[in-house]
Amino acid sequence: MRYAETGYNLEVDLSRGNIERVETDPKATELYLGGLGTNAKILWDRIPPEVEPFSPDNLLIFGTGLLAGTLAPGANRTIISSISPQTQLMAFSMMGGFWAPELKFAGYDKVVVLGKSPNLVYLWINNDKVEIRDASHLQGKGAFEAQELIKEELGDGKIQVLSIGPAGENRVYFASIEHGKSSASRLGIGAVMGDKKLKAVAVRGRKDINIARPDEFMKLCDQVWDYTKVRLQNPVRGQIPILEGLGAPQEMALHDERWHTSNFAWGNARQRRKDYWTEEVAEKWRNDLDSSLERLISCYNCPLQCGGSIYYPGIGRYMMKCYTKLTYAMGAFSDLDFGFRIAQRAQEYGVDGYTAPQVMAFAVELYEAGILTDQDLPEFPEDNEERFFYLLEKIVRREGIGDALADGVYWAARKIGKGAEAYDHNTIKKHEQIPIKLGMLNPMYYIMWSTGEKVNITQIEGQIPQAPFPSEELKEEFIKDWIQIPTGKEEKFKQFIRDWGEGDNVFPYYPSIDLICDLVDWQETMHYLDDSTGICAGFSSFPLKSPYHIHNLPDLISTATGIDMDEDKLWKIGWRNRNLIRAINVRRGLRRRDDKPPEDHWRKRAPEYETRILDEYYKFRGWNNDGIPTKETLDGLGLDYVSEDFEQRGILTTNSETVPAQKTSAGTEKSKAKGQVKKRKRLKK
Amino acid sequence: MCSAVHSSPIYSGTNPEKSRIRVTFDPANNLYMPVLASGYTPAECAGRYTCTLKEKKYPECAFCRASCPSRDLFVDPDSGLPLKCDMCEEAELAEPACVKVCINDALTYEEREEEGEPAKIWGELEVGLDSLIKKYGVKAVEETITTLASD
Repeated sequence: MRYAETGYNLEVDLSRGNIERVETDPKATELYLGGLGTNAKILWDRIPPEVEPFSPDNLLIFGTGLLAGTLAPGANRTIISSISPQTQLMAFSMMGGFWAPELKFAGYDKVVVLGKSPNLVYLWINNDKVEIRDASHLQGKGAFEAQELIKEELGDGKIQVLSIGPAGENRVYFASIEHGKSSASRLGIGAVMGDKKLKAVAVRGRKDINIARPDEFMKLCDQVWDYTKVRLQNPVRGQIPILEGLGAPQEMALHDERWHTSNFAWGNARQRRKDYWTEEVAEKWRNDLDSSLERLISCYNCPLQCGGSIYYPGIGRYMMKCYTKLTYAMGAFSDLDFGFRIAQRAQEYGVDGYTAPQVMAFAVELYEAGILTDQDLPEFPEDNEERFFYLLEKIVRREGIGDALADGVYWAARKIGKGAEAYDHNTIKKHEQIPIKLGMLNPMYYIMWSTGEKVNITQIEGQIPQAPFPSEELKEEFIKDWIQIPTGKEEKFKQFIRDWGEGDNVFPYYPSIDLICDLVDWQETMHYLDDSTGICAGFSSFPLKSPYHIHNLPDLISTATGIDMDEDKLWKIGWRNRNLIRAINVRRGLRRRDDKPPEDHWRKRAPEYETRILDEYYKFRGWNNDGIPTKETLDGLGLDYVSEDFEQRGILTTNSETVPAQKTSAGTEKSKAKGQVKKRKRLKK
Repeated sequence: MCSAVHSSPIYSGTNPEKSRIRVTFDPANNLYMPVLASGYTPAECAGRYTCTLKEKKYPECAFCRASCPSRDLFVDPDSGLPLKCDMCEEAELAEPACVKVCINDALTYEEREEEGEPAKIWGELEVGLDSLIKKYGVKAVEETITTLASD
């Protein structure tokens, strides 16, 4: 018997209309856990680098986290993986909600979709009975509208549905996959789903998820609950409001948007408006939120209420979460009222709430610069809000200039030409990023932005504060019960908090390079583990002092699955998954030249120092200087098949640069790094 | 959450279908209504009323607490036996499991004093005879017992 997972995947070939229930290898669970890890293994094994995103050979994998559907609080994530049409690299986008647990209850860990259907269809998974059904009547329907229609058609309110909107059907490169208030938005997986002519996947499950040692497992879950309750009553003091609590950013409950509106950039990630948040504005935003928010809502087995049910006069009811509250509002230099109005339509159309407003703001900039003309944008409104609605329609339908814009800023800039490339300044690896423009380079963020395979900073960061605590008292209060720190790093990380902000200990030359690597490693590894267990980052790797950490996860996994697990083994799995995904992208051409943050993300950069920390980070990870994992690293993680493939393809030569083992390399680099820092400081003076 | 946590740990697994509390869940109408399993009913009821909540019509069944042959709610998916909420008395918890995990206070638990005779505690014989009476009627059972006793 398999525990925590079902041990079966559903393989659906839409070209042939074939459906199979396939037993999975328990060994893969031990090596990669589940979710992201096992998704990546399938992509490595089955998608050679020649496969294009819109090829029938591309796979679309709906994976559930290893613990999803168990009683581990907040374990409910669906991890959707494919090859992104926008970056041409591996895409992994995730969502919460209720879909992953329902799929587990139906008896499957993943749905692996292959091929392309000739007509628009949807998949109906009802326990052991799985059907590919006609969806021609759902063509052009909004994402949420389609979900409701399918539930009605199948006559069961307990069915969980994920679906694409018209944007996905029209293969907009930033189309999302929507599910209630949740969405897997990043990197255009909705376009891949649309390309396969798969409108939706509906699931109903009535089976058990087995637990290996339920009594012990439940005790551990209770501990997580108990800690959560205490943690919610004790917000972190001395940081911005959004970092005080748990969960995804509690945007739906937050009235004070001073921090976001004055620190994040407006328009096409251009302008900071330090004086925007006046008392008058605060009052209006408060009223708009209070009058439209009906209640806060959560995902499966989670009390954190990161989402909101919104009722807007003249628009109706929809659900929203997180930062979408601000992206449209700030992209259009408008306000919350506009943000709420356009977000509903954008969600129904199924576009990414981060990328879409930026593409639209980019188009407005091009128009104002005369690169796009009235010929490209006939009857383009004067008013900025109206312009956004206009552009949304054009993009979703790929009408006129909307066809180019629907490929995202990077590709559109190159299609439009006439100097439009210069306006593409906020993308990494061809993907739009959160519009933050800050003063001084943050070295940890520099590494995470540049090298993150997720190509999305908000799902890599967490664990450490974003700014030093303002007083000694607050520093001590924070570190006194900071139990989440990995074993062996306790004193080092606590000292980092104590010293940060004192004297010369400021960015970019603080902290030391070995500490940067350790702190980045901690944040990244925890996210890679969460994406494999299906535990929401909002409960784990994203907030400060999270209920889940490297000390309780091994026992939770062990009691749930029956697999022997300890901290070292688990950390190694995090590294293995990190390297496997890196390898998929390296095989598709990713190199050091692509590991860059958004161009003008920081006003003050330090190019030479950046090169140095990137060099050291590669060494720390066991990658060569071009960002390719070395044979030693891969073999040490049990990824021999990857290094063999690299050698065959000539990506690694047999006498590749030898890199010392990771742990020791960090130690020896420490003194070198310090020397460098001092030297740089002297140079500055 | 309340229905998820319910199936542990006595069943050695998780399955909200075995829960004795389910939430009638309609985000499109901002409706989230917890429904507790009450008792078993051998036949479908004749009532086919609809309730109108927030201008949307729901069938009476959406909020019915009975384990009834017309639907799969509150029916154990493996055995087909009805499920009934016992306020976790069997598990000897201080408060029902669903209330314990509901940290947003949607569910609360209070003990209520009820007047009247305490409920009868039936043994196996009473339960058996009761079901025979329900099926065949008191008279037939009486007659059979008399016949058997006289044999």
